[in-house]
Amino acid sequence: MLVITCIKQVPDTTQVKTDPVTGTLIREGVPFIVNPFDTPALEESLRLKDKYGFRVAVISMGPPNTEVSLKKALALGADEAVLLSDRAFGGADTLATSKVLAEAIGRLSQKEEVAVVICGRQSIDGDTAQVGPGIATRLGYSQLTLVDQIQNLDLSAKKVRVRRKLEGRHEIVEAPLPALITVVREINQPRYPTVPMRLMAEDAEVILWDNKVMDLAKESIGLKGSATQVRKIFSPERAKGEILGDGLNAPEDAAKLLIDNLVEKDILSLEQT
Amino acid sequence: MSYNIAIFIAVFVAAMALFSWSCFQRFRLVTLGKAENRFNDVGKRTWNMLFFAFGQRRVVSRRFGLNHFMLFWCFLILMIANTEFLLNGLFPDYISLSRLPDGAYYTLAFIFDVVSALALLAVCIAIIRRVAFPPPNIEARSRDAFIILTLIAILMIAFFGLHASEIAQGIEEAAQYMPISNFAASAFMSGASADSLSWLANFFWWLHAVVLLLFLNYLPYSKHMHILTAIPNCFFKSLEKVNTQPREEFTKGSTFGVGQVDQFGWKGLFDSYSCTECGRCSDNCPTTFTGKPLNPRLIIHDIKVNLLKNGPLLAKKKEAVLPLIGNSEEGTVSEEAIWECTTCGACMEVCPVFIEHVPRIVDMRRNLVEMKAKFPQELLNFFENIEARSNPWGIAPEKRIAWAAETSVKPFEADKTEYLFFVGCAGAFDARNRRVTLAVSKILDAAGISWGILGKDEMCCGDSLRRLGNEFVFDRMAKENIKMFEDRGIKKIITLCPHCYSTLKNDYRQYGVELEVTHHTELIGKLIEHGGLELNGSGDLGNMVLHDSCYLGRYNMIYEPQRKAIAAVTGQLPTEMEHHHAGSFCCGAGGGRMWMEESIGKRIHLARTEEALKQDPKTICTCCPYCMTMFEDGLKDKNVEDRVQVLDLAEVVAGALK
Ligand code: SF4
Ligand code: SF4
Repeated sequence: MLVITCIKQVPDTTQVKTDPVTGTLIREGVPFIVNPFDTPALEESLRLKDKYGFRVAVISMGPPNTEVSLKKALALGADEAVLLSDRAFGGADTLATSKVLAEAIGRLSQKEEVAVVICGRQSIDGDTAQVGPGIATRLGYSQLTLVDQIQNLDLSAKKVRVRRKLEGRHEIVEAPLPALITVVREINQPRYPTVPMRLMAEDAEVILWDNKVMDLAKESIGLKGSATQVRKIFSPERAKGEILGDGLNAPEDAAKLLIDNLVEKDILSLEQT
Repeated sequence: MSYNIAIFIAVFVAAMALFSWSCFQRFRLVTLGKAENRFNDVGKRTWNMLFFAFGQRRVVSRRFGLNHFMLFWCFLILMIANTEFLLNGLFPDYISLSRLPDGAYYTLAFIFDVVSALALLAVCIAIIRRVAFPPPNIEARSRDAFIILTLIAILMIAFFGLHASEIAQGIEEAAQYMPISNFAASAFMSGASADSLSWLANFFWWLHAVVLLLFLNYLPYSKHMHILTAIPNCFFKSLEKVNTQPREEFTKGSTFGVGQVDQFGWKGLFDSYSCTECGRCSDNCPTTFTGKPLNPRLIIHDIKVNLLKNGPLLAKKKEAVLPLIGNSEEGTVSEEAIWECTTCGACMEVCPVFIEHVPRIVDMRRNLVEMKAKFPQELLNFFENIEARSNPWGIAPEKRIAWAAETSVKPFEADKTEYLFFVGCAGAFDARNRRVTLAVSKILDAAGISWGILGKDEMCCGDSLRRLGNEFVFDRMAKENIKMFEDRGIKKIITLCPHCYSTLKNDYRQYGVELEVTHHTELIGKLIEHGGLELNGSGDLGNMVLHDSCYLGRYNMIYEPQRKAIAAVTGQLPTEMEHHHAGSFCCGAGGGRMWMEESIGKRIHLARTEEALKQDPKTICTCCPYCMTMFEDGLKDKNVEDRVQVLDLAEVVAGALK
């Protein structure tokens, strides 16, 4: 049985700055990290491995340096890492990305039965939360998003029961396997790699699948296969706030003023609930 | 006496065989430990042995320490007497003191007689002290202690008994040179018949012989093993700073840190045999003091128990049966205890036989982090932040220069700038400590020093990582830092944080770089001494107490510059707290404890703050950003922050600049 986790290597957004003149994001020199929503997804796969003895495969689509992130996943305990990298895959939106990932998962499932695919809920750079659902749709897997607990995995009945974290409530859902699960960060506390595992990962092989291997039609992948295109990235202008009252010398008056303003703008309600 | 000799030879041979076998069993286990070189620099080592073992430097500094000093020296002298006694027993016709020239014989007889009396006196004091003025550590009153003291006492009494009866028989030539024995003879044996005197002499001789051999055979099984190991332990003592322990080689297939007793270096195992159970280490440990599960003496004891239990199995390549790290029981160290240590070094500072507690604790931390990835949850974030952004908080590196927003600061330029001001993570990111950074920069400018910073390129020095046992990541960071220093032509560094200071100076030396590292305390001290700063009085700092930070004091022996600087600014030396200089009490933040919760027992920073408040200060002076944070918290916890302030030495001095 195989559990697959999809990860994405993203720029460390806390270190991305905007060009003050053009308003575009400066990506040069910004270090890359594993998308922080994906590390709990990997952790959850590893926990399934610990519990059921599954094998864990981790896949990522991206430029060749994505290998670094995949090796991190190997150091944490993934058994196999596949890098989907080809110029033809570049410039993909969520539609084209999910196409490549779904095809790769399909290939893996030919060799070994897939129980679940686990993804992070979204990436911190694109923020769309569409790739996971896209993969599920293309593969015809059950789609379980925003999961904060995998409650039960019943292999004989081929069912999985999860808890979804929605605004203000939880939802417990059961679905047939194979399933694609996207997880929220609260689901777990990711582990830390041991040194022997890090050393092992340093010279472990990351399998490269380019489009010669994948053999996907050019129109369905990369920029050409994308339904959307990014025209411009910029930080929105933010209106400068105004300073109300004199918080330093008359904090009580200032606090009152603040509350009045918030109530007026309907941000705060003074009514008892 | 021919009948006696035959029995004695049999007894002697049996006793010595047993003793040798016991020693062999114990010392054989030491060889299970990993190789480490403790034979380098023999000159210095010999000096250490003379000074600390024979001079009993660390023993005498404590109450009743003089008594031990006396006993120790009596012991050494009587070793000659006892050797003679045994040899004479074996070869009465050939070996005897009386065969020496008269002058030598009488002198030795006199010395042995008097020294035996002194030894008896010392033993009596030791017994009375243990009964009447119990020392704070109960282990000094163990059964072990009383057994050994009693044996020594009997030995001395037998000595006098034997010689007194010989004197009374008129067969001791040196009688008039043995005042105590002579006195005993006239006081107790004057009327006795020749027969009973001969019987008495025989009795005391045998008593002396048997107790001596018993004593010898008891040693390896008791804490008094230290009688055999303490002197070599002073010879093998680490020549390094408290915690500059060996690097690890990261090769595949190795294990890292220590998770099983035979993974310690042999000296760590030898240490465990040398513990005298004096309790000095635990009496000075801030965690033991505040009721936490760490007691440095017990760590060493557990290592010994574990070695004795597992060693024989491991020697036969069998599985260990008692875990080294696990649930707290005798012979097993609990994870909690391992994580509580602040690496303050107070234990090692006082241990009379130079046992190395801190490196053993970090050895075990290394194992937990590197082999098992098991550590208190709070550290996960810390490790990840350091790895991703090279600072404990995970703040974007760009923000490293935020402290300089309102001043002009130049980057370090090779060949142009003399000193790199290594600001450190706390000095760069922590709001309160940024004010210290500004103060240091003001002093540097006032002194006309050529300095620059690395700005956003500065990386964490790795101190906490190393103390927390994350040697793998530390190793990487140290190499990166050293490469950057080399690439940019950096040779002289000024630091604000004692942890950066000690790491760059002492730990990085293991990577073959000799950096000239100066802590701002030293720099200020020098500047003031040579008139490099114009001072203008202090404003009103009131009564000032000074806190000695562990990594400046015990780790690097910097105690005086800060005191002199304070005297220069305020006109008087700072008030000392109960614990100061090498006896200082940790603020609680060292050893990576800064980044961890402190949930067991009293909080260390609070204990230290309370100690400071006892001196009724208006200002608490620190020289370390961690201590700064800890005292600030302590003052808030005690609700006195409006009448007591914490200032770094740099702030004290910068505030007094003209
Ligand atoms: S280093 Fe300090 S905290 Fe750690 S065991 Fe020694 S005295 Fe205790
Ligand atoms: S470790 Fe050293 S200080 Fe601590 S009890 Fe043993 S001998 Fe004394």
